[in-house]
Amino acid sequence: MALAPESADTAKGFIGWIDARFPLTKLWKEQVSEYYAPKNFNFWYYFGVLSMVVLAIQLVTGIFLTMNYKPSSAEAFASVEYIMRDVEWGWLIRYMHSTGASAFFIVIYLHMFRALLYGSHRKPRELLWIFGCLIFLLLMAEAFMGYVLPWGNMSYWGAQVIVSIFSSVPIVGQSLVEWIRGDYYIADATLNRFFALHVAALPLALVFLVIAHLMALHEVGSNNPDGIEIKKHKDAQGHPLDGIPFHPYYTVKDTVGIAAFLLVFCAVIFFAPTFGGLFLEEPNFQPADPLQTPPHIAPVWYFTPYYAMLRAVPSFAGTQIWGVLVLGAAVVVLFFLPWLDRSPVNSIRYRGPIYKVMLAIFVLSFIVLGVCGLKPPSGIYPMLARICTILYFAFFLLMPWYTKYESVKPVPERVTGHA
Amino acid sequence: MSDQVDHSRRRLLTAATVGTGAIGVAFAAVPFLASWQPSARAKALGAPVAVDASKLETGQMLKVVWRGQAVFVIRRVKAVVDQLGGHNALLADPGSDDSLQPDYIKASGPARARNPEYWVGLAVCTHLGCSPLGAFEPNNSYQVAGADLGANWPGGFYCPCHGSKYDLSGRVFKGQPAPTNLTVPPYAISADMRIVIGVSDAPKPA
Repeated sequence: MALAPESADTAKGFIGWIDARFPLTKLWKEQVSEYYAPKNFNFWYYFGVLSMVVLAIQLVTGIFLTMNYKPSSAEAFASVEYIMRDVEWGWLIRYMHSTGASAFFIVIYLHMFRALLYGSHRKPRELLWIFGCLIFLLLMAEAFMGYVLPWGNMSYWGAQVIVSIFSSVPIVGQSLVEWIRGDYYIADATLNRFFALHVAALPLALVFLVIAHLMALHEVGSNNPDGIEIKKHKDAQGHPLDGIPFHPYYTVKDTVGIAAFLLVFCAVIFFAPTFGGLFLEEPNFQPADPLQTPPHIAPVWYFTPYYAMLRAVPSFAGTQIWGVLVLGAAVVVLFFLPWLDRSPVNSIRYRGPIYKVMLAIFVLSFIVLGVCGLKPPSGIYPMLARICTILYFAFFLLMPWYTKYESVKPVPERVTGHA
Repeated sequence: MSDQVDHSRRRLLTAATVGTGAIGVAFAAVPFLASWQPSARAKALGAPVAVDASKLETGQMLKVVWRGQAVFVIRRVKAVVDQLGGHNALLADPGSDDSLQPDYIKASGPARARNPEYWVGLAVCTHLGCSPLGAFEPNNSYQVAGADLGANWPGGFYCPCHGSKYDLSGRVFKGQPAPTNLTVPPYAISADMRIVIGVSDAPKPA
């Protein structure tokens, strides 16, 4: 096949040679230098790029951790201590990875909250949102399996609790759990397969989904704090009037955001890597002991809201599957958000007071659930968790009504707040 | 040869090829899925274990490992055994109808044991598999793992993870996260108090 003829704007030299064989300049222009993003991005728009930064940190530090980690029940705990004490800079790489896990959820939760603020999940960005939800789901699996690998006592009993969730499946539950564990208890086989999934299968799927997420984003275009389509008003060249090229404008802006993020990130790594037991829990500094449950099992903070929901539901009719179903539904309901939201406007700036109140209640109940999940299941916490579970679901399940009938403000034609 | 493309024939052949391929993929998936089953080594390590319970004092507990799980062996005080049937109204499954145990254990009633004095059961909470703690003493305000077991605690087990409470036969109280009673594994107990966990046939006296 003949190479494409050179035209005036085709690059010459080495880049030209590549462009004739691979769409390098084309990709760069489409995805970066001529991707027009709305010019009114605010603080909340940092968390997308920050999650990519954290993903890169996790991939690089993770690869280096596997070089010294031993995925066997006899050696795993000692190999992590070996990384911490004997491997040159091993402590830094490991703390980057463990802090990165928590940072990942912080930026992802804020990124998702941004969508709720400005309606980024709504038409035409439904599939973009669904890819995002899949990333969130995979990230939860990735984080869970990663937490098992150090083979501390909390790793062990956390795995025991989470894997046992599947035993509540009717009829096949017990054999399903045996199949997941590969033994009659959480054993070497379990650790080894979690390692394989954590370092190979799930990261591959995650990277693939992130690419799909970005492709979908660049196909439909970014939303913005006003929640209006910038593609409606274009200049003579067909570029959106309220858009600016991603590079150099947002690459420069994001660099500032990344620098600020890394400042905080490094402060945690150097001064508070366990973050008071939130990022790395105390019982995980003891080796796994199948005969001794830690007196109080709490997952890492990013799972506690969902864990609190699991605990909040009592068992009845001889099965505890109801709590598991509630836990599952709490994640699955996210996928339906684009269709639950019936508001005529996208952004919270033009929504009525009911959505604002519901969103505030939702965020509050999510935080309270997170606290409940960290506390022992006694005193006021079980009841508090029940109330907040109901509020969590009320936000989603009542959405078709309160968004449809509430009064909204008129939406401007062009983005606001910028000259 | 005709220039006309026979679309229905082409569709049929495509569907047949895809179908055959899918069956092939399904068969090829079997070894991968089956490789997650417990291996021959794991199965061999799941053999029965023997415990000598003759040295156990009343009120004492032994934890033994069978298939990587802790198994409780407790020697109950006679007075406790006698009052086990007294709080059936407080239990979620007093007759152990929804719980897992061999038939001879279910037939033994509130004691849930082959010998009422010795209770054997998995130290695995039926909620999410944590290991319950022994809280044997009847007490009005029993504090364990930071939780108050409430007034009139009759003695039993408390799971520190999610707060499930069981009586001294491993029967769960009403309104707990755990749905069923603690599982009793198959076991045999001989006249000289040798307990073999994992088989139901009595071992030969030593």
